[in-house]
Amino acid sequence: MSSTQTVSPPGAPPTKTGPSLVGRVLTTPTVGPLIFLVLAIAFFSIKSSAFLTGGNLSLIVQQVMVVGTLAIGQTLIILTAGIDLSNGAVMALGQIVIAKLAVDSGLNPILAILLGLAATTAFGLANGSLVTGLRLPPFIVTLGTLNIAFALTHIYSNDQSITVSSSTLTFFGKTFPLGGTDVTYGSVFMIALYVLAWYVLKYTASGRHVYAVGNNPEAARLTGINTRKLLLTVYATAGLIYGIASLLSIARTNVGDPNAGQTDNLDSITAVVLGGTSLFGGRGSVIGTLIGALIVGVIRSGLQIVGVESIYQVLITGILVILAVALDQLSRRRTA
Amino acid sequence: MTSSRDSTAAPKPVLQARDLVKRYGSVTAIDGADFDLLEGEILAVIGDNGAGKSSLIKALSGAVIPDSGEILVNGSPVTFHSPIDARKYGIETVYQDLAVAPALDIAENLFLGRELRRGGPLGSVFRLLDRKRMVDESREHMANLKIGIKSMKQAVETLSGGQRQGVAVARSAAFARNVVILDEPTAALGVKETGMVLDLIRQVRDRGLAIILISHNMPNVFEVADRVHIHRLGKRAAVIRPHEFSMNDAVAIMTGAMVGEHIEGAPEVPAAADSPRA
Ligand SMILES: Nc1ncnc2c1ncn2[C@@H]1O[C@H](COP(=O)(O)OP(=O)(O)OP(=O)(O)O)[C@@H](O)[C@H]1O
Ligand SMILES: [Mg+2]
Repeated sequence: MSSTQTVSPPGAPPTKTGPSLVGRVLTTPTVGPLIFLVLAIAFFSIKSSAFLTGGNLSLIVQQVMVVGTLAIGQTLIILTAGIDLSNGAVMALGQIVIAKLAVDSGLNPILAILLGLAATTAFGLANGSLVTGLRLPPFIVTLGTLNIAFALTHIYSNDQSITVSSSTLTFFGKTFPLGGTDVTYGSVFMIALYVLAWYVLKYTASGRHVYAVGNNPEAARLTGINTRKLLLTVYATAGLIYGIASLLSIARTNVGDPNAGQTDNLDSITAVVLGGTSLFGGRGSVIGTLIGALIVGVIRSGLQIVGVESIYQVLITGILVILAVALDQLSRRRTA
Repeated sequence: MTSSRDSTAAPKPVLQARDLVKRYGSVTAIDGADFDLLEGEILAVIGDNGAGKSSLIKALSGAVIPDSGEILVNGSPVTFHSPIDARKYGIETVYQDLAVAPALDIAENLFLGRELRRGGPLGSVFRLLDRKRMVDESREHMANLKIGIKSMKQAVETLSGGQRQGVAVARSAAFARNVVILDEPTAALGVKETGMVLDLIRQVRDRGLAIILISHNMPNVFEVADRVHIHRLGKRAAVIRPHEFSMNDAVAIMTGAMVGEHIEGAPEVPAAADSPRA
């Protein structure tokens, strides 16, 4: 039973040529979304001269700031083959905690922020504990915590918005000039979070383990990865990121609004999917999610500038989501 | 009828189990099983579906914690709480259902769970992986086993079944210092790819490691194994040498048509392997 036909002759160095550069670029999951984003920007720039201006681009980034930040946590969870329906509600709760404590209770704003972050992180930990401890499906767990966070938000706030004026709480809404355009600190902070998440996911062992767990949880466990601890860390980190989104939301609107973020859970999933990350877990990238969030922002702003009714923006986003998932499915079938 | 192996000093047992029991609710997957693996040998483990082969090797590799019984490495009792514990004793396992992460590339799969980090603050503070070293070492391991795969940066899902299994075997072989356990590594493979994996197994054995090979493929088992452990109803029914028994005998013992005790006392079973219970 010789099998020399499939092995290289002894002593022959293995050839180094992998997939070609072009091949590798084309199979990188973020390339499709990126091309689409560039085309969308080009399209609207041709349609209207008001689109491709520094001011408008800065506005688009501001508009996607909160959902874009939530989508980082959503990406982490989806990469582990989970899903988080609670993030918008948890973000709203974080906002109310921060605003209530800082404005109504007169707490030091920094302390209020820390307690808000603690609240959203606790929700993330609760999601993670229920998923890993009781082995409940993430969809159901986060549907439950979505409702709990929503109810707590409304009970605690008495259904009232809280206007915020503290310059600490609104810092991320302030702007600085960059190349003739005013850019908010919040936009820069969101991008920085993306870069950090990208680095951790791509270049550290923990990041690669996130992919492994989403890809083949049993294999990950058998290689000695502590999969429970990893999942718990992912959900808690997502919770912390939602708290940052709370702060960005307050800074952008100057209020703690109990009704904020009600569609943000689905919007963040939309960004993840448009960015080429697979809902089955284990494949995708957080940079894709940023591109996905920007695609939604660009289409929304572009159609608005061109004068299309806003309901068509929703229609087009819906079609894009289905297209993106269909493409993911097709490419999976091809490689399976 | 003594083989050349027996004429030298008797080979030492490297991995043993005594009276292992593992229950899942009302199912007793391991029912007082004994087990002996000798240095430098390929020991095949055969048995019907559900006989408890996978459960046994999961206990031997730390993936499952037995309810009772004893595991010995090089003659000393050990307790495994996880696959990492077994690994510390140089025991590496390729589990039944292709334990790879298909979307990750070859180098990432080889080093999964024991990634190499850069030296200095880049590694200790920024946790930066040493991708280059992992890719280079992967290429070396794969070349040592003569697995002809070009790029270590290729996702495992783009490989053929045999190549994937090659990656799984290479991972175990690269890190094992003592024992490599393979649970049905050729189950999903064609003839050519099976041949490739069997060749790999021999190469690993020739590098001095002891190998446990679980397989349902009798011709394969009889081709590569030095000894065959026959498992039946959660315990060892017999251990035979392939050149002294026919495949039909092995199947008969496996199914209970031939009584195991009958064979147990055969000279090819080393003294240490004789369990008082059988
Ligand atoms: N995690 C588990 N939970 C419950 N029962 C289990 C579990 N693992 C194994 N079993 C049961 O233990 C018995 C032995 O299973 P095991 O997988 O060890 O058999 P096997 O000899 O490897 O079979 P096969 O040849 O089909 O791989 C079976 O009855 C099986 O259903
Ligand atoms: Mg089995």
